[in-house]
Amino acid sequence: MDLVANNLSYKPDDQYHLNEVSFNFKEGNLYTILGRTLSGKTTLLKTIAGLLTPDSGEIEFDGKNFLKIPVWERNVAMVYQQFINYPHLNVFENIAFPLKQRKIDQSIIKEKVMDALKSVGLLGYENRKIQELSGGQQQRVSLARSLVKNAKILLLDEPLVNLDYKLREQLREEFKNLFSKGLADETILIYSTTDPRETMELNGEVIVLDEGKVLQVGPAKEIFENPNSLKVAEISNDPPMNIIEAKISDNQIRFEGIDVEAPQHLSKLTEDGLKIGLRSSDIELNENGHEFEVELAEISGSETLLHLKRGDTKIIVSIEEVLNFKIHDKVKINFKINRAYAFYANGKLASSPFGGLNG
Amino acid sequence: MNKLYIFLKYFFIVVWTVFVVAPFLWALTTSFKDFQSVNGGVTYIPWVDFEPNLEGWKVLIKSPAKGGVDIIEPYFNSLFVTCTASLISIILGTLSAYALSRYTFKAGFVKNNDITFFFISQRIMPPIVLSIPFFLFLSSINLLDSLTGLIVVYIVLLMPIAVWIMVDFFNKVPREIDETALIDGCNPYQAFLKVVLPNSIPGLIVAGMFCIIFGWIDFFFAFILTFTEVQLLPVKIVALNSSVTPWWSLSASALVSVAPLIIVAFIVERYLSKGNLSGAIK
Repeated sequence: MDLVANNLSYKPDDQYHLNEVSFNFKEGNLYTILGRTLSGKTTLLKTIAGLLTPDSGEIEFDGKNFLKIPVWERNVAMVYQQFINYPHLNVFENIAFPLKQRKIDQSIIKEKVMDALKSVGLLGYENRKIQELSGGQQQRVSLARSLVKNAKILLLDEPLVNLDYKLREQLREEFKNLFSKGLADETILIYSTTDPRETMELNGEVIVLDEGKVLQVGPAKEIFENPNSLKVAEISNDPPMNIIEAKISDNQIRFEGIDVEAPQHLSKLTEDGLKIGLRSSDIELNENGHEFEVELAEISGSETLLHLKRGDTKIIVSIEEVLNFKIHDKVKINFKINRAYAFYANGKLASSPFGGLNG
Repeated sequence: MNKLYIFLKYFFIVVWTVFVVAPFLWALTTSFKDFQSVNGGVTYIPWVDFEPNLEGWKVLIKSPAKGGVDIIEPYFNSLFVTCTASLISIILGTLSAYALSRYTFKAGFVKNNDITFFFISQRIMPPIVLSIPFFLFLSSINLLDSLTGLIVVYIVLLMPIAVWIMVDFFNKVPREIDETALIDGCNPYQAFLKVVLPNSIPGLIVAGMFCIIFGWIDFFFAFILTFTEVQLLPVKIVALNSSVTPWWSLSASALVSVAPLIIVAFIVERYLSKGNLSGAIK
């Protein structure tokens, strides 16, 4: 049972929320929609759920026109980024709600709700009020409510974004376990997120969305290794990929008075206006390297993010240890240039170290 | 410091209580007085200051033929009109408010906010402006001087209150709750009845209280739109007044007319203190 969309467009105001979106989702798979805020992720999920009707385009599920089926008959489940539960019901009643709606036998409901509670680790909480739970627990309840239905399509709209760091890590791990257990072989799981790391960890098929347009579709590894454009490279890296305007001639990459020998996959490129893309983790501190000035140093967790500047070129370097720098310090860095990407002036990928296009 | 604080606290509570309760006590003692006791200087304590009697109360239930005023029928008329009009206003008002909060309406330049304002504007106009159209309208459909006519008019007056309070309330209930209900298999009516309404009980109670209070205390329209067939309590109480003001029966009728509101207030207060109203919606 496939979920197929053709040219979905939705433009409620002067901006496209969805712009000619097409996809073909197959059952038993995990799809990750990666995009920045306001890129149309939630709109797309709501359209699939039936809460929004697109201006044009069509959705088919199992060969049937999905747009003609109202939300309440679609058999989808959705978890919102805000923790949405029914405040007037307790935990058990919340999870049982979709089953009661289907008039299922009381004893079966009880069994299923207990199973769902167990799988989200909330056994023993069934008589609690929703307001007594922490954010993470509330989100588990809404996850349990969406699992209990055995829906054919499960939509998760940035389910972890409103949780604190620790809980996010923990729940993400549990999600992965749940998904890998094979929720049900017929389920189509659609997960939207802004976080590239989450995308890579979930390791499903990725749809990169920006301003309502699908930029690239492919397995997570493929998106990471061969982003087809500058935009995708920006969206799928956190911190964003460093973009350096450079010239390549005589086998040398030149920018800001620095000459670096071009690796094989870049050496044949001679066009004007080339942009070299290099991940923040592919730049390292090195005594014999090129001198840059520190603009800002931020420590996040066990990582140090260095914002550096030389002439008009600004780059970000991430270092896997906690180091202290002062603003205007001089540091010397080396580029792992054989991992560099090249993009044409129009933003299209010119060459990637992983063998995309010219490589 | 602490003792002073406690002293001040109780001092102000006592002062405030006296302030609030005194009028009721005054009305209560006056209702048992006769002409001499009212006009013969300030008296407070029954049997000591004055000799209590039940004349003031008896007048209220005696038929006019026996020199009484008989407020029993107007009393039940008022109860019936207020409760019916409030109930219908709450039902219609809640439904309209939900529609205005969740759906987008457009007719030319008229949009949701304009419709909401239209409802509220019914209360902005001074009642006197509405009285003539109401009078003509009711007389054209032969409902002047009837309970049905009064109920119709009160619905027009009370429904804006319900719409106003409930629109504001529904706007604070996250839309995602309705959407989740739809996804969980409810059609829009079920989503409203099973999910939105149970979470809106605090708003319903507030709106209901306002409707009942405004309906119950209205004198103006009850006075203009009724003559002899039906009468409402506020009009009847005012009619008690004659060349000699019967303070005793006025006091008694004032106490009787406040009673339903006090009962409503106590029930709501019980409900409030149980914590059922708070924390339903974050």
